[in-house]
Amino acid sequence: MQTLFLVAGMALVTFSIRYILLPLSGRLRFSDGMQRALRYVPPSVLTAIIVPAALMPDGRTLSLSWTNPYLVGALLTVLIGWFSKHLLVTILGGMVGFAVWQWVLTLI
Amino acid sequence: MDEKQASAAHGRRSEFWRGVRDTLPLVIGAIPFGIIFGTLSTKAGLSVAGTMGMSLFVFAGSAQFIAMGLVGAGTAWPLIVLTTFVVNFRHLLYTATLLPDLKRLPRRWQILLAFGLTDETFAVAVGRWRQPDSNLHKHWYQFGSMLFMYANWNACTAIGLVAGRVLSDVGGWGLDFAMVAAFIGMVLPYLKDKPNYIAVLVAGASAVLFHGLPHQLGLIVAAIAGIVAGVVTETLMARGGISNASTVGEE
Repeated sequence: MQTLFLVAGMALVTFSIRYILLPLSGRLRFSDGMQRALRYVPPSVLTAIIVPAALMPDGRTLSLSWTNPYLVGALLTVLIGWFSKHLLVTILGGMVGFAVWQWVLTLI
Repeated sequence: MDEKQASAAHGRRSEFWRGVRDTLPLVIGAIPFGIIFGTLSTKAGLSVAGTMGMSLFVFAGSAQFIAMGLVGAGTAWPLIVLTTFVVNFRHLLYTATLLPDLKRLPRRWQILLAFGLTDETFAVAVGRWRQPDSNLHKHWYQFGSMLFMYANWNACTAIGLVAGRVLSDVGGWGLDFAMVAAFIGMVLPYLKDKPNYIAVLVAGASAVLFHGLPHQLGLIVAAIAGIVAGVVTETLMARGGISNASTVGEE
């Protein structure tokens, strides 16, 4: 039941955002400030998810250590992405890096 | 069918396939996302129906990933819906951009194209709408793009669901890190100027700072902090000096 509400709610919200301006049409105009603010939405939201996931893998405590594979993996992913500029390579490289580091940690 | 109808049908078909063809690179880029979404969502606690339902009815990659993460963190559904609103709000700007073209279309076309207005299809379709030729079938181009993305997204979600069942310990393979890696890959292209750096730094620091807030509210607080930081930085730069902090209040 929860899932039904979740999916229906997400579908409704997403479609509404993509559709709502069409029937309202023409007269609407975004202020400059609003337009600029919208451009920062994707990097801000994504970063707000990445950073706690990498720094607090247990969801509570900060783990700023090389024994935290999520942090090491995230740093590796940034490096790979920075130099490759290729999304697929970045994701796959980051995942391999994470898996390898996790394995290395089991040996220590 | 007379000659005029025949040529119109041909025009629609050729626009449709052009849209499909131009979307191919973005479809390839979406394949790992779709598969990883399908693989991880059941691990996060989402049912098979919920996973497939999201891809079929929501059709918004990043919002689905975030929702999956929030489900895994035990977030209440109204807050996930609210987060979806925040995450997808940028799509309002897409519709605004395409408004002059889309507002001439019949209602059923507007509904169809609005449903499939993802980041990828917007990026491809806006290029076609802006070409100066007066082709009357450009909406078929956008339809081709969205249908290709949609079919691929759902097929990959299904493949991921199956893969997730067959492979019992996918977590150990680093797949549970895939979302972090994917989001990093998506953020990096934004890091082209100072306002975006500041936005990302502030959002990241705030996310850790406000992590203790209930129901993942810290995420929204951090996102808003990042957005405000980006706009403020941009404004200050435009006014000729980061140091001129007294003008912040005017924004």
